[in-house]
Parts: sequence; C-alpha cells; structure tokens
Amino acid sequence: MAGLKTRKRQRLVVMIVAVAVLALAAFLIVFAGRQTGSFNLFLQPSEVFQQKVAVGQRFRLGGLVETGSVARKDDGLTYEFRVTDCAADLPVSYTGIMPSLFREGQGVVSEGALNADGVFVADTVLAKHDENYAAPGTLPKNEEACGHPEALTAGQDGR
Amino acid sequence: MIAELGHFATILALVLALLGATVPHVGIARGDSRLMAVADNAAIGQFLMAIIAFGALMYSYIISDFSVYAVAANSHSAKPMLYKIAGVWGNHEGSLLLWILMLTLFAAALSLKGRKLPQRFRTRVIAVQSALVVGFLLFILFTSNPFVRLDPAPFEGNGLNPLLQDPGLAFHPPMLYLGYVGLSVAFSFAVAALIEGEVTPLWARWVRPWTLVAWMFLTAGIILGSWWAYYELGWGGWWFWDPAENASFMPWLVATALLHSAIVVEKRDALKSWTILLSIVAFSFSLLGTFLVRSGVITSVHAFANDPARGVFILGFLVVVIGGALTLYAWRAPKLTPGGLFGLVSRESALVLNNILLSTFAGVVLVGTLYPLVLEATGSGQISVGAPFFDFGAIVLMSPLIVALGFGPLLAWKRGRLPRAATTLLPALVVALVVGLFTYWQTAGGVVMTAFGLLLATWLLASVAMEIAERTQLFKNPAGFLRRLRHLPRASWGMSLAHSGVAVLLFGITISEAWTEEKLVIMQRGDTAEVGDYSVRFDGVAPVTGPNYTAIQGHFYASPKSGGADIMLEPQDRLYTDPVMNTTEAAIHSMLSGDLYAVIGEAAGGGRWSVRLYFKPFVVGLWLGAAMMVLGGLLSLSDRRLRVGAPKAKKLSAEA
Repeated sequence: MAGLKTRKRQRLVVMIVAVAVLALAAFLIVFAGRQTGSFNLFLQPSEVFQQKVAVGQRFRLGGLVETGSVARKDDGLTYEFRVTDCAADLPVSYTGIMPSLFREGQGVVSEGALNADGVFVADTVLAKHDENYAAPGTLPKNEEACGHPEALTAGQDGR
Repeated sequence: MIAELGHFATILALVLALLGATVPHVGIARGDSRLMAVADNAAIGQFLMAIIAFGALMYSYIISDFSVYAVAANSHSAKPMLYKIAGVWGNHEGSLLLWILMLTLFAAALSLKGRKLPQRFRTRVIAVQSALVVGFLLFILFTSNPFVRLDPAPFEGNGLNPLLQDPGLAFHPPMLYLGYVGLSVAFSFAVAALIEGEVTPLWARWVRPWTLVAWMFLTAGIILGSWWAYYELGWGGWWFWDPAENASFMPWLVATALLHSAIVVEKRDALKSWTILLSIVAFSFSLLGTFLVRSGVITSVHAFANDPARGVFILGFLVVVIGGALTLYAWRAPKLTPGGLFGLVSRESALVLNNILLSTFAGVVLVGTLYPLVLEATGSGQISVGAPFFDFGAIVLMSPLIVALGFGPLLAWKRGRLPRAATTLLPALVVALVVGLFTYWQTAGGVVMTAFGLLLATWLLASVAMEIAERTQLFKNPAGFLRRLRHLPRASWGMSLAHSGVAVLLFGITISEAWTEEKLVIMQRGDTAEVGDYSVRFDGVAPVTGPNYTAIQGHFYASPKSGGADIMLEPQDRLYTDPVMNTTEAAIHSMLSGDLYAVIGEAAGGGRWSVRLYFKPFVVGLWLGAAMMVLGGLLSLSDRRLRVGAPKAKKLSAEA
C-alpha cells in the first residue's frame, strides 16, 4: 500500500512541475504578445486606412509594388516606392539593400511603422522564397480590382 | 515508358503495403507464422518498388523528359546535373515520393536488422509501418502523382527556383526527411507496444538507437537549412522563426525529449506511458510539419483552396494517424504496468524536467506557428508572430534546461544527492559567474542577455568537464585518470560531446548576436570601409557567366588591421535565365574568430555600388556546435552496449 502512496506522490510532483511550466508558458504567450514586435498585424494598404493604424505602431505590410513607383534617393541606399492592393496604396521608404527578388509589379512584405507624414518606414523588406515565386500575404484580397496580370497569376499553383 | 514503369511500381507498392498492413495481424491472431512472415516480405517488396518508382522519376529528371508534368514544371535542360537530381525532391510530388522511399527503407531495415526482436512484436511494428506507407501512397496516387504526363510535351521546362539551386539545399531536404521519417519507427514501435500491451526495457533498447538516428539526421538537416539561409539569403541571419523552420524544429524538440525519456525506460523501466506518448507526438509533429510546408498552408491559407482534394486528404490522414494513435493510447496506456519509483532528486527527475521543458517549448513554438493560420482561417484578420515571441520563449524555457543539464548527469539513478552534485559543480559555477560578470562589466552593463548567455554556455561547458573529471576520479585518484578516461563507455563520450555541442552552439549564438558589426555603404572603385578589425577595399565589378546564369561579381580585399595577408571576397549578384530571377550570392570568409561577409547590391550610378559588409564573430560556433551534437549521437550509437546488447535480446525473445 505504501508503494501505491509514493507512486501517487511521485505523479503528483511531476504534475505540479508540469502545470507550473505550462502556466509559465501561457503567461509567456500573453506577456510576449504585448511586447512590440511579437504579434504584428499583417495588413494590406486598404486595411491600413480602414483601421486608421496609429503612427509608430509596428505592423507588416503586404501587397504589390506599384509599377513605376520605385525611386532611389541620391544617397543610393534609400528606396521609395508605393505598395498597392489595387484599391489603395501606401508610400514606403526603406534604407538598405533590396532583396534580389524585389521587382515592380510583384509581391512584397515589409515590416515597420507609419511616420507622421503617412509614410511607411520599413526596416525589413522581404520578397520571400517559395517554389511558386509568390511572397505570402501579398496577393490582393480584392482581386477583381487588380487588372495587373502578375496579381492574378502570383501565388497560384499553376495546375 | 519509364515514367509509366514508375507509376506501375507505385501502384504495386501500394498493393504490397496493403497486404503488409493487414495480413500479419491476421497471422498473429491465428498464430500462423507464414501469414506473419508476409510483413517482412511485403516490407522488402515495398522498398524495392519505391526504389524503382523513385529511380524512374529521377531518370525522367536526368534526361529532362518534359512530357512528365513534374519534370516540365520543375526542371530545365540547361540546369547542372546536381540540381536536376536535387530537383526531384524540390517540389511537392517528388518530395512525397522521397518520403515514401525513406518510409519503406526504414520498414525494410526493420525487417532485415530486427531479426532479433521477438517475431510477434517485429511483425506488429512492420505492419504499422506498412499502414503508414499505405496512407502516403494513396495520397501520392490520388492527389499528387509525380508521373502524370503532359500532352503535348513542352520543349523546355520551367526550371527550378534558383534560390534552391545550391549544394546546401540539395542535401537539406533528404537529411530532414530521413529525420522526419526516422521518427516513424519510434511511432510504429509505440503503436505496436500499445497493441501488444507491454513496454519493456528491451523495447526502449530498440527505440533509442532508431530515435537517435532520426534525431541526428534531423539535427543535420535543420543546421544545413540554417547554413543555407545564412549564406544564400544574404541578410547574414541564420534563423528566422519562419513557419517552415519551426515545422522542422518542433519534431526536433520532441525527438530530443524522446531520446532522453527512452533512457529512463531502458535503465529504470519507468516513464513508459509518457515515452509512448512522446513517440506518437514526435512523429505527429513530423507529419504536421511536412504537410504544413508541403501543402502550401503555411504560405497562405488561400493556397490550400487551390487543390481542395489535397487539403481534405491531408487533414483526413492527420486525423486518422494522430487521432487513431492517441485513441489507442488512451485506451491501452492505462494497462501498461507502472514502472520503477524514483526520488525527487534523481537522474530520472532531471530527465523528466528536461522532457517537460522541451515539450512545453515545442508547444509554444506550435502556438506561435499555428496562431496566425487559425486567425486567418477564422477570418479574424492576419497577423504575424515575430521573432521576439520565440526568442523570449527560448530564453525563458531553455535557460532552466541548461542549468539543469549541468546537474543531470551527476545525479544518481533513483535517489541522487543534490549537495554532492553541487559540490562537484562548484568550480563550474565559479567559472561561469566570473565569465558572466566580466562580460557584464566589460559591456558596461549594456547587454544583460549577452552576459547571461555566456554565463550559461560557460556553465554548461565547465559542468561537462567536471562531470568527466568526477567520473574518472581526476581529483581523488589522478594516477589512474588516463586509463579510466580511455575506458569511459562511448555512450558517455557521446553524451558529453553532444552536451558540449549545445554549449558551443550557445556561445556561437550569443557572441555572434552581440558583437556583429554591420556596414551599409555606397562604394566606388578604390573606396575602403572598416568592419570589425578589417579594412575592406572595393576593387570594382566584373561580369561573369555560369551554366544557367550571368552575374555581376564584386571584388573586395579585406586587410586585417593587425597585419597579415589580404582576404579576397567576391560576392555576386546573379541573374538566372530560367526562370528569370535574381539571387544574391554573399561572399563569406569563415575564420574561427568570425566571418567576413560581403553582399553586393545594385548599381547606384556613376560606378557606385551599394554594399553590405558584416563581421560576425564566432558564427562558426553554430555549425561546430551542431556538428558536435551529431557526432555525439554517432558516438553514442557506436557504443558497445548497443552493438553487443543484441544477443541478450535474443535470449529474451526465446523466453517469450
């Protein structure tokens, strides 16, 4: 009988530790969620305007690089372009080396925040790798609005 | 013709797998050993068929047979041979066929190498493995057939994504798959044990080496992928908490936990039920990971809708395998006889703590990976879970693991003595504190995390050393030290090597994260830029041509300020022709002290180029640490106990 008792106790101790660690993990998820940069909204330009995103709030911006909008400043390192979802578009500024997949008319995901002038200042620009050559989350949600052929073919499986 | 042969072999394999998954169970029920033997024959037959099918697909790639849809969609005649072959598994259909090849390889290996297992049990294991093969073959044949023909055949293929045309990535998927699929063996053993209703130390003795093999491949696969990201994507980063990376990291965490809990089953006949559960969960994570990445769910929930049949099949298969195994577990696990008891402070307890922390971390990664998908699927908007979340989770959950890792090996089985272990580890603690505090003071208290990381890494490395010293009685009886050192079992060397690998990895992460220097500059010929202890001179660009690309190649000479020979760096900006795509090829010069890393960007007019230069100290630690972990596994696998332990098993089977 004594053995059973200890077995129960052993199980109880393991349970308590497990529950404590799980509680820690749950706390972590909630706590880390509040830290900036942990959970970022993933928005397309129309949604940025609809949701009236505050200046300085970090989010991810997805969409297509508007054709003819890419310009480079004199310092050679700062790029300015517009990201569109065909219904609205947003000016973006980025200092650095563009990923080699960055192209006008193609999908792009950038991370950063709006400044006081309404320009999205990005610190990261991703044109992600993927066997179907489309950056995730860049396909406009309102597809009809896009006449651009790239917009309609990008992301599809090709089958 | 060859493609049809492959198709035919796939169908034959399905028939064999169906037989192998059902007949043996009937044989066991009737006690008919001829029916039981079907399992072995079917396993070897499936493997042969899978070889033929995979060979046929590879042949179609090698001769660039564009009448095969998969080849036309993913290959190109001008591609180098290595990438024609790597292209076989660079896409959904081919990678699934590779899965099947590995799955049947393990089934065949079980039937050939597992002769010493009791026949009844071995038959069950192989039958379960065959059932998994059935699932995958159905998936391939009905939704993702790699042998579908294209009529009319195009003259040229679409080509493989140039980013994937890289030696690092050519071997990354097969390694990872060997890891994923290797875990299927532990799964089959677990399910068979549940059906049979008993878990013995012998069971663990078999499961451990298989899990160890899977874990080694998984580790190697993950680190290859990380290394690839480091030099190919050109951001100098090596881990992005990308869903695809997480998909491979979760099974790794659980496999690591399984590896440790199986030791407890083997040595102490305890934690049986939990180990069975871990085996099921580890393979479930492999399945989930493969399907998340391969189905395109992760790219976007919308891609899922592209082929509803695939999505439905995947979900169905996951439900059947994971749900079925867990139901079986819920039903049968309470019947397992509970194992040995252990005290609160004991080796067992340390391993339980290891398991709790690793599994919780796997759970946290799972939440972070799936949360955006769930939100998107329920239409509550899109979010992305960023690196800070995962980093935070890693710090909170892995730091106690590393602290405990120092103690674990020093505690005795059943009932350990913490004060004694603490006395042994006192020097390690002192060294770690000195390193940590010195770093803290050196950086003027600026980076707490760096000091903490170095403290942990030093603690781990020093405690591994102390553990070896204790084991060989270096201080008590120095005379016999060398002899005892030589006679330490290989498993113990393997453990020490793998654990020091973790320490080296942690050094690599901490040091490179803290002291990376990055320079973003515009340069023209003759300009110099300073990065780290190097002064880098730009010597212009020149065009170069490769087999299926043209490139602009920059020339840089880095001269160490302390004197010494110049280092030449030649980063490229490549333009591939099929498909048309740019890639950046970073130039990396690796040294033990750190990596010099150069990326050339776009021309800024007037002979000026944007250039990114990094000096990343001790990045080598990452690859070195991972290599030590894999080697540790290999060493442990070569232990005498595992080689010679087998005859014992035979004796047991005779008794049974």
